[in-house]
Amino acid sequence: MPQSVVLMDADRMARALTRIAHEIVERNRGTSELALVGIRTRGVPIARRLAGMLKGITQEEVPTGALDITLYRDDLMRHAVGPQPVVRRTEIPFSIDNRRILLVDDVLYTGRTIRSALDALIDFGRPRSIQLIVMVDRGHRELPIKADYVGKNLPTSRRQSVQVRLQEIDGEDEVLLEDPPAEGAPEC
Amino acid sequence: MLKARHLLGIADLDAGEIGQILETAGAMVEIAKRPIKKVPTLRGRTVVNLFFEPSTRTRMSFEVAEKRLSADTLSIAVAQSSVTKGETLLDTVRNLEAMAPDMIVMRHAASGAPHLLARLCRSVIINAGDGMHEHPTQALLDAYTIREHKGRLDGLKVAIVGDLLHSRVLRSNVQLLNKMGANVWACAPKTLMPTDLPRFGVRATTSIDEAVKDADVVMMLRIQHERMHGHFIPSTREYFTLFGLTPTRVALAKPDVIIMHPGPMNRGVEIDSDVADGPYSVILEQVANGVAVRMAVLYLLAGQEAVTD
Amino acid sequence: MKTLLKGGRIVDPATGRDGAFDVLIEGGRIGKIGKSLPVDGADVFEMKPGWIVAPGLIDIHVHLREPGQEHKETIATGSASAVAGGFTAVACMPNTDPVNDHPGVTELILRRAADAGLARVYPIGAVSIGSKGDQMAELGAQKAAGCVAFTDDGRPVASALLMRRALEYAGMLGVPIIDHCEDPSLKGDGVAHEGFYAARLGLRGIPGVAESIMVERDIALAELTGGPYHVCHMSARQSLRAVREAKARGLTNVTCEVAPHHFVLTDESLETPIRYDTNVKMNPPLREDADRDAMLEGIADGSVDVIATDHAPHHSDEKLVEFDRAPFGIVGLETCVPLVFDRLVHPGRIGVKRAIELLSTNPAKVFRLPGGSLADGAAADITILAPDASVTIRAKDLRSKSKNTPFDGWELKGGVVATIVGGRMVYRNEGL
Repeated sequence: MPQSVVLMDADRMARALTRIAHEIVERNRGTSELALVGIRTRGVPIARRLAGMLKGITQEEVPTGALDITLYRDDLMRHAVGPQPVVRRTEIPFSIDNRRILLVDDVLYTGRTIRSALDALIDFGRPRSIQLIVMVDRGHRELPIKADYVGKNLPTSRRQSVQVRLQEIDGEDEVLLEDPPAEGAPEC
Repeated sequence: MLKARHLLGIADLDAGEIGQILETAGAMVEIAKRPIKKVPTLRGRTVVNLFFEPSTRTRMSFEVAEKRLSADTLSIAVAQSSVTKGETLLDTVRNLEAMAPDMIVMRHAASGAPHLLARLCRSVIINAGDGMHEHPTQALLDAYTIREHKGRLDGLKVAIVGDLLHSRVLRSNVQLLNKMGANVWACAPKTLMPTDLPRFGVRATTSIDEAVKDADVVMMLRIQHERMHGHFIPSTREYFTLFGLTPTRVALAKPDVIIMHPGPMNRGVEIDSDVADGPYSVILEQVANGVAVRMAVLYLLAGQEAVTD
Repeated sequence: MKTLLKGGRIVDPATGRDGAFDVLIEGGRIGKIGKSLPVDGADVFEMKPGWIVAPGLIDIHVHLREPGQEHKETIATGSASAVAGGFTAVACMPNTDPVNDHPGVTELILRRAADAGLARVYPIGAVSIGSKGDQMAELGAQKAAGCVAFTDDGRPVASALLMRRALEYAGMLGVPIIDHCEDPSLKGDGVAHEGFYAARLGLRGIPGVAESIMVERDIALAELTGGPYHVCHMSARQSLRAVREAKARGLTNVTCEVAPHHFVLTDESLETPIRYDTNVKMNPPLREDADRDAMLEGIADGSVDVIATDHAPHHSDEKLVEFDRAPFGIVGLETCVPLVFDRLVHPGRIGVKRAIELLSTNPAKVFRLPGGSLADGAAADITILAPDASVTIRAKDLRSKSKNTPFDGWELKGGVVATIVGGRMVYRNEGL
């Protein structure tokens, strides 16, 4: 059975997001022209929470959208066997032209998801800039991608897996680090 | 994930897969509203549209769907005469396959033609209509349209009226609607009903008033003028009198009924012009939804490799 | 030359013989049948337990395709297929190219059959020139040339008047008229039985009454004229009912045949195991359960006179097309005996005696052919059968030039050990 360790509990996650929200306001000198786009699936609730926090700080609504990047993945169609990933709806009910987009995802790993998201966003219009917000950066980048705002930096090995669980989807907030089962360990 | 390698008919899909296609179609719809109406998903893939029967609407719909997914498309309208010049269907397709298409979208006048190819050829086959047998993407876009308006399919009364005997749209729709729990009524003159119609899982009636009464959805099928040969109907005028969808008959249905037609319509034969253009008609939406549904099908089937010998 | 068939069970309905007897063949004829015959210099053929010595089986409905369609079958390959199927004689249909409406074609057929030297071949001539249904062919000349019956098979004799005249004329010659019973307007451009499966698969249907309407018409004309009339490849329960009633009324000049596929398969085969399999496309088509069951009943209760295969070879290129375009027909010579034993005899629907009647005694009677019996002095046309042998049908091993059969891979009980024509063993199944 995989061993999992809780790296962040609900409190720590909330404090990380609060810190990020303040950083956003500071670095962008306010929230005008900002828009949040959460990458499905777990980037979306994080983006919405940030929108709420930003409103709390500045009293301003930051438009928020949801982006499904499945159709832009670079690993589609390359598997001879295996199900096509499920495509969900993209909802970006505002123009992204000239906006400063805050792209939001739960875990940053190889960077390929973010590359797909950048391709998708460019098809929607021409934003002024794109910044990246992630809850966890676990290293092992395969592309030259870096996050602008990070909840927690987490060195991991490739065999490990990082799970961000969210109240809205999983019923509770926590970040788990999972180790695969040790060799010869008895199954529970 | 679809279990079958091809899309030959609704007969091979279960309710879960139908739901999956409709969900995926929902995700595809917004692509048409973007400034750049394209995603790179099928980039580098070649899709051949092989149409042995003339078709503007379905072929265009598939072409747009393929292009929106960035696939390379090749549309071939095979005139009947080239086939009667002696090349068999198998030979035509095998020659095509030598040029390595990834998928073939085929419409053919013979029921079962795509099934023959699926057994003997290498490409993934999508049936765009085979003879009188099935037109699965039509049934899927019809279901999508119904769900958009009604939120569900199960429990709805759906009346299908027209030339049932020769209709592949009927056969596909009945199977899909039954799998999704709808209540299907089928109406036609007796001469245009297939044998054993109730065994298809429908309430059969020769009374359009009975079929349309309290219906949530009314789907009208084309009557071809050729049906007057073969003694199926005496005239299109009499057909319209007995079976045409007029505003009076529409009033028998539920107040929020939707009127559908796979097209092309014969105004004044199966459907009154006022009804076709009226507030209950969703006929043009069907066409728009067709692109999203076909994108969904192409996406879900495209992940497979060509069979190697 | 003498051959002794030693230790087998003879089943010969024509002479009433059924029991353990030896058969001595001498000079191409049946010399003697008796218990424990002395060997006396003859070649001995040891029979194994369970094997049956039957009068040579006769298939009165076979398409040999020569002249004109030799890519599908020739008289040589067709005769080889026949003897491999246990048939010592076949009657071949006239829908060749050119149609056999002329003694020249009849003579060609007979000559080719003699060259092949295997099964006896009895030509059936066309009723009308080109089988077009307009002008009666020279039936007298054709009879003299060797025709044993007349039909426009492939097509019905659509004109009631022509059918009447043909029955009168052929009756005068003592030769039966066979009809491919089908009302052309009801058949239309149908390709499968008009039933649930064709409806579901979107295939245009041919209703059972398209056949029975013609059967009923022909029976009325047979009654009027007294001419000998035979329904070929009967498939519909309504047709059987008409024939049964005619016989009950005392009409002895009405006979009928059923092909194995019509008492084994139904229109469900359109979908299972292979959808739109053109190897289940034939005319008349495979019909529904009630029709198949009616054929089984008729075979058991005597209403059906003959089992004939309607062996219809087609080249694989012609069958590997869309269902609508494929030609009608399947081969049958080499699948008949296993199907008869496996589906009729072993399940107890009929006994071995009745099976031999259907495959030998009656075909000879209906067409007034020599053979169909193991009487002393008769030509030694003998089929040795192994009712308990396990047989697997393999299309690629069929001796017919064409392999269009829906029974590929079927494992059946009942096989042919050897086929003897005029005292010569022209086929021997080495595996038994």
